[in-house]
Amino acid sequence: MIAYIFRRLLLTIPTLLLVSVIVFGLIRLIPGDPAEVMMGPDADPASIASLHHQMGLDEPLPVQFIAWAGRTLHGDLGVSIATGEPVVRLIVTRFQLTAAIVLVSVLLATLIAVSLGMIAAWRRNSSLDLAVVGGATIVLAVPSFWLGLVLLLVFGLKLGWLPVVGYVPFSDGVGAALLFLILPIITLTITESGVLTRMMRASAIDVLNQEYVTHARAKGLPERAVLARHVFPNAFAPTLTLVGLSLGHLLGGIAVIETVFTLPGLGRLMVDSVLARDYPVVQGCLLFTAVIYVAVNLAVDMLYPIFDPRVTAQ
Amino acid sequence: MTRFRHLHWNALLGLALVGWLLATILLGAFWTPYDPIAIDLAHPFTPPSAAHWLGSDQFGRDVLSRAMLGARISFSIALGTVALVIALGTMLGLCAGFLRGWTDRVLMTVCDAVLAFPGILLALALIAVLGSNKSSIVIALSIAYLPSVTRVVRSAALSIRERDYIEASRVAGDTQLYTIMRHVLPNALPAVMVLATSLFGWAVLSESALSFLGVGVPPPAPTWGNMLSDARPYMEEANWLSLVPGFCIMLTLLGVNLLGDALRDYLDPRGRQ
Repeated sequence: MIAYIFRRLLLTIPTLLLVSVIVFGLIRLIPGDPAEVMMGPDADPASIASLHHQMGLDEPLPVQFIAWAGRTLHGDLGVSIATGEPVVRLIVTRFQLTAAIVLVSVLLATLIAVSLGMIAAWRRNSSLDLAVVGGATIVLAVPSFWLGLVLLLVFGLKLGWLPVVGYVPFSDGVGAALLFLILPIITLTITESGVLTRMMRASAIDVLNQEYVTHARAKGLPERAVLARHVFPNAFAPTLTLVGLSLGHLLGGIAVIETVFTLPGLGRLMVDSVLARDYPVVQGCLLFTAVIYVAVNLAVDMLYPIFDPRVTAQ
Repeated sequence: MTRFRHLHWNALLGLALVGWLLATILLGAFWTPYDPIAIDLAHPFTPPSAAHWLGSDQFGRDVLSRAMLGARISFSIALGTVALVIALGTMLGLCAGFLRGWTDRVLMTVCDAVLAFPGILLALALIAVLGSNKSSIVIALSIAYLPSVTRVVRSAALSIRERDYIEASRVAGDTQLYTIMRHVLPNALPAVMVLATSLFGWAVLSESALSFLGVGVPPPAPTWGNMLSDARPYMEEANWLSLVPGFCIMLTLLGVNLLGDALRDYLDPRGRQ
């Protein structure tokens, strides 16, 4: 177990190193002088030269990288060109909102996927199973941003139940803030539950065909116990991996959701800085989401042996 | 005829939807009801009617004509992405899976690192660097998807590598390149085809998301994504503007996904459920 954890931790080091090389290298892909590009077309030559020097662009690339990596490790991701704010502070403020939406949605989607997937697999080829499979297939085809727009149209504009535009921070009251987050969370939950339900159903069907399930039934275990003790843990393991993967990808997918619902989250920050060519912020967001993704998947791999102890016994 | 016994209703529906899309694109290449980018300020916000089957937008442009042209743009970007990513990913995946050793380790570490970035954010950042036009969107999406393809092909190659006919080829004195091209590639092809189908769906979805975010193919060229984002301010008064492109994306994805599922069932009978 300790060896497994240690091996898994070691594996993240080259990944994180390469991630930072990619984020660092990205800005060097811009044709022309990065300092000139970053200052925009109206900048005077003197300030370009000063930024050029400040960014250390006269130094060889490896030296630049080490300097940049050193600053990054000290939590300095530079300042936004547009507002002059430190990138780290921007990201941290925006991330709270994004994290709240993503975590709640993934949790809800997992609950829905596990229950629907298990029931569908258990009553395979019943009309309920068909409905679950059909529903998941349709959900997989609906783009999240369009679903969000349609929900806004129905619940915000036609019925007037929920606010359409804007956002209230949590500091102004949790209830008021939640009102603005209901639709984004519902949208994300629905789109995420499609793929998770399919996965859960497929792996539960696999498990139900195993001999140990037949054995558990044959020894007279009540069906409820068979499902809870034998089918669920074994079927949940692969789904859990997928949950980890989708947590990471949701940090990207959230960009469109935040655009639909005009929420000032991390995704929107990234899109806005891409549109404004605010490269330090783009770099910071990319690095941040990648590190979160690596951390989440590390955590998932650490949880995995609870459901499938075989992985530690290699 | 037994080959087609497994064509269930969902495969047929998938075929019908994709066929319909292709027919529309083909027709749109020669004829659209109106010029998709011609502005007609005298007739803005016409609801669906005999003159404009799917209505007109805020500039009086015909929505049906725009959706038809949008289909062509989405389709060509998705096709370009799939072609590029499958070609590169198959090559890299075969090398990693068949050669093993350091090639494999280095390639897999790179894949892990690229996979750590959420696909759409990586594509966004690349487009910020490369500029927004058709070819940079294709390149950005390809880079974002390349690791997944490489991994799938690699794992297929890993299992094929252990088969007896590979050993036979080695004993016969074939070069590694010959073995890969003659024996590994053809046997990995079914997995690649299934993957290509789902990739096509992802590419359509990602392209429309990028357009929706305002970094896709620049206007006035219509794409389903930028039609949707243009329609937002008029959602209540002119809901057909947001419904039409949404249904276009949804039906396309549904068709492609159903076709992909059917293909997987057909090519890999063990996985049929």
